[in-house]
Order: sequence, then structure tokens, then C-alpha cells
Amino acid sequence: MKEREERRRGRRTLWFPSGPVLLGAGSVAGEKEGKGPQAPWFDRILEDDRMGFETWEKAESEMLSNAAEIAVQRANLSLGEVDVMLAGDLLNQLMSSGFAARKLEIPYLGIYGACSTMTEGLLLASVLVDGGYCRRVLAAASSHYCTAERQFRMPLEHGNQRPPAAQWTATAAGAFVVAADDLPMPRITCATVGKVVDPGITDTHQMGAAMAPAAVDTLCTHFEDTGRGPQDYDRILTGDLGKVGSQIFRDLMLRKGHRLEDRYEDCGAVYYGPFQDAHSGGSGCGCSASYYAGRVYKELLQGKYRRVLLMSTGALMTTISSQQGESIPGVAHAVVVERDPG
Amino acid sequence: MNSKKEEARAYEAYVKEFTPKPRYFRNGFRAFLTGGLLCCAAAWFKGFLLKGGFDEKTAGMLTTIALILLAQVLTGLGWFDTIAKFAGAGCIVPITGFANSVVAPAIEYKKEGPVLGVGAKLFSLAGPVLVCGLAVSVVAGLIHWFRV
Repeated sequence: MKEREERRRGRRTLWFPSGPVLLGAGSVAGEKEGKGPQAPWFDRILEDDRMGFETWEKAESEMLSNAAEIAVQRANLSLGEVDVMLAGDLLNQLMSSGFAARKLEIPYLGIYGACSTMTEGLLLASVLVDGGYCRRVLAAASSHYCTAERQFRMPLEHGNQRPPAAQWTATAAGAFVVAADDLPMPRITCATVGKVVDPGITDTHQMGAAMAPAAVDTLCTHFEDTGRGPQDYDRILTGDLGKVGSQIFRDLMLRKGHRLEDRYEDCGAVYYGPFQDAHSGGSGCGCSASYYAGRVYKELLQGKYRRVLLMSTGALMTTISSQQGESIPGVAHAVVVERDPG
Repeated sequence: MNSKKEEARAYEAYVKEFTPKPRYFRNGFRAFLTGGLLCCAAAWFKGFLLKGGFDEKTAGMLTTIALILLAQVLTGLGWFDTIAKFAGAGCIVPITGFANSVVAPAIEYKKEGPVLGVGAKLFSLAGPVLVCGLAVSVVAGLIHWFRV
């Protein structure tokens, strides 16, 4: 019973006393993403978003398994040594993840958290490792502009104009190997499970605004549960609120009495350059996944940060729910990674 | 329930403060320019046909067909969406937009097969427009019938 209390603080924060290690990470990004400001950090940049396949879906699945393979390779492991893979994407029935797991031939648990999938995966992977159920877990997520467009919006060749708050689904994938190990590597020390919050936004071009209150709820709860504040982190990152959503997030946090200042950044807002026609910024599971696995992980290894908070944000709507006039519920899960705990 | 709606409305207004406004004037000007050019080209083509000995009705019909063909070929080449991003209503409102909305899903769903893919999705965008058009034509027809 005592042990259980040690692993949980406050209402929603999970504590990982063993500190599961991020043993390796892999990131793959598409053509457009590879021309953006984050290009130097990606492990692989595609020359062709279709990767020579007949369909976009096959390409996305290949991208995801690629990222997983890179992560496993960087961790000096073989695929056979991975106990389970937790993966998710945006397609119906998690097509890309299921088919990637078919190719990789490793035990698989599919997870869906829309764009919050990456931190949901890291959180669950830490639970599995810290609980002693697994030694090495792969957490991965992907999205592809061309598969997401047909799933959620319009055919690719359809002519239309996007409003300024619209975001661009990133063609990218990211994967982490979370393991029980003593190596001096970045460790996941705690995580806060997100609550679904719905501020009542119905405009599907306002995803950042729809998700910002969920991110605020998770971060405030995290601060309450841990007794920490923004000053205790070198970096606080949100998944893909975009330029519009991250401004709202920053303002809402300020209203709650937390000044985030320079340490806060949104992956979506910095994912594309100003002339890349991405409007409010990047979105999709792959956006935060590739940013964390690409840039953040490498900067952690370089020793640039000691403690960072990663929080991917997801909009849990479907095409059916928006057609039925439902508003967009948001969710955000936070994971804390430390270079040198204690 | 009501207070929730009010909260949502208040939040929407708050969100608006952070959302950049679309450039209405610039977009309107571009739509005017491209839409106007498109109509001028169509008028010139119709005049050309009339001079060639076609009667008014046939020339009009052939012009419409030419516009549809143009939009379809541009969609197939992958240029239409680029043009539409610039022109907006200028090329979406004329029949060219309608042609694009039929060809785009046809290309998109090719991989799902000719029947369940292209066949089923061909009118996924244009279908609602057709239904509305037919419904309105019935109402208009009824009004006309009672008046005569």
C-alpha cells in the first residue's frame, strides 16, 4: 500500500521511482518538414512523401516503422529485444500503427489520443517499465498530411483556401525506446494524466483554441500535484497548439498565475518556417513526436536541459462528431524528462 | 446547459482576439481579378465560336464544356489547388469549382477501386450541391406552375 502511494502524487500525477530511461529515439520527417527550421534535428528526411509506395497509408506506416527501427538501433538493441510497442496515429482503426507492427513483428498495443498520442505512449511505457512488467518498450506516433487530409478534410486536389487559424498536419513520425537501465541517460520521472476538457469550440479550423484549456488543466494540475512551478523547468513544451493556440495557452496560464516566459514553446508553432504556407503551424501526432524525438532528445543528450516537461495535446473529435454539431474536446498528457534526477 | 453555451460563446470571443483576420480585401481583389479574367476568356471563346458559325445556344454550351474541361485537366495536373489557393472564389464559384470537386475525389479514391472507390466517392463533394440544386428547382417549378 505504501509503495502505491509513492507512485502517485496528488490527483493525477504518476511517479516513477526507478526513472525509466530514454535509451534511444528516432525521427522521420516528410519533404516539406525537411525544408523547415527543424530539419537539422531529424534523423531521416524523406525525398518523396509517398516513399515509392502506391498509397499514402503505406507510406505513413513505413515512416512509423522507420522511426521505430532508428530508435531501436540507437538504443543498441535489436527489434526482438523490444517487449512491446505502444503506437498510434490519426487514421481509422490505427491503420499505420497496426500495419507497422505487422512489419516489425513485435508485440503491439495500439493507443489513440489524437495528437496527444506521443506523450500518452511515453506515459504508458513508463508505467510498464517502472512497474516491472517490461524491460524495453517502444513508444511511437505518426501522422501524414495526405492521409489525414482525406480522413478529416478534403481530397488533396480540391481547391480551397484555409483560414489563418488552420494548422498543417505534419508528415512525420517519432519513436522512443523506454527502458529499465542504469545508464546516465534522460529519464522519465513523472507524468500527469490529462482530463478531457471541452471549451465548446465547433470550428474545426480552431484546433489550437479547442485544445488550449485541456493543456492548461493538465499543467496546472501537474504544478499542484508536484508543488512545482514553471521556474522548476528548463523547458515546457506543448504538442501542437499552433501559433494561435499557444498564445491562448500562454495567456490562460498567466491568468492562473503562472508566468511561462521564454521556457515555453509550442512544437506546432515552430515546426514550419514563415513561408511554408502552414498558417497557424504544424499539427498531427507526428509533429510533437518528431520534435521530441528529433530536437528535444538530442538537446537533452547534449546536456542543454536538466528538466523538461513535454505535453502533447490532442483534439478528440471525429468527422462524424463535427457533422453532428458536437464541439471539439481536447486532452493533454504531460511527461517530465530529466537528465540528472535528484 | 445555457450557462455552458454562454461560456462557450465567451471563450469564442476571447479566442477571436488571438486569431488573425483573413485578408478580405486582398482575397476579394484576387478573386475579382481571376474570376474576371476567366469570364473574359470564356466570353472571347464564345465569340470565337459564334464567328465560326455556331448558333447562340450551342456556342454557350460548348463554352461551358470547355471551362469544365479546363478545370478537370488542371486538377489532373495538380495545378488547380495551387490556383484556387490564390484565386479563391474567383475559380471556385464558376463551373470550374464544380468540375474540380468531381475530379479531386476521383483521383483521391482511385486506389480503392473503380466501383467502391471512384464510383462511391465521385460525388461526395458535388453531391450535396446537386441535391440542393434539384430541391430548389422543384420549389421554383411549383411556384411557376401555380402562377401560370
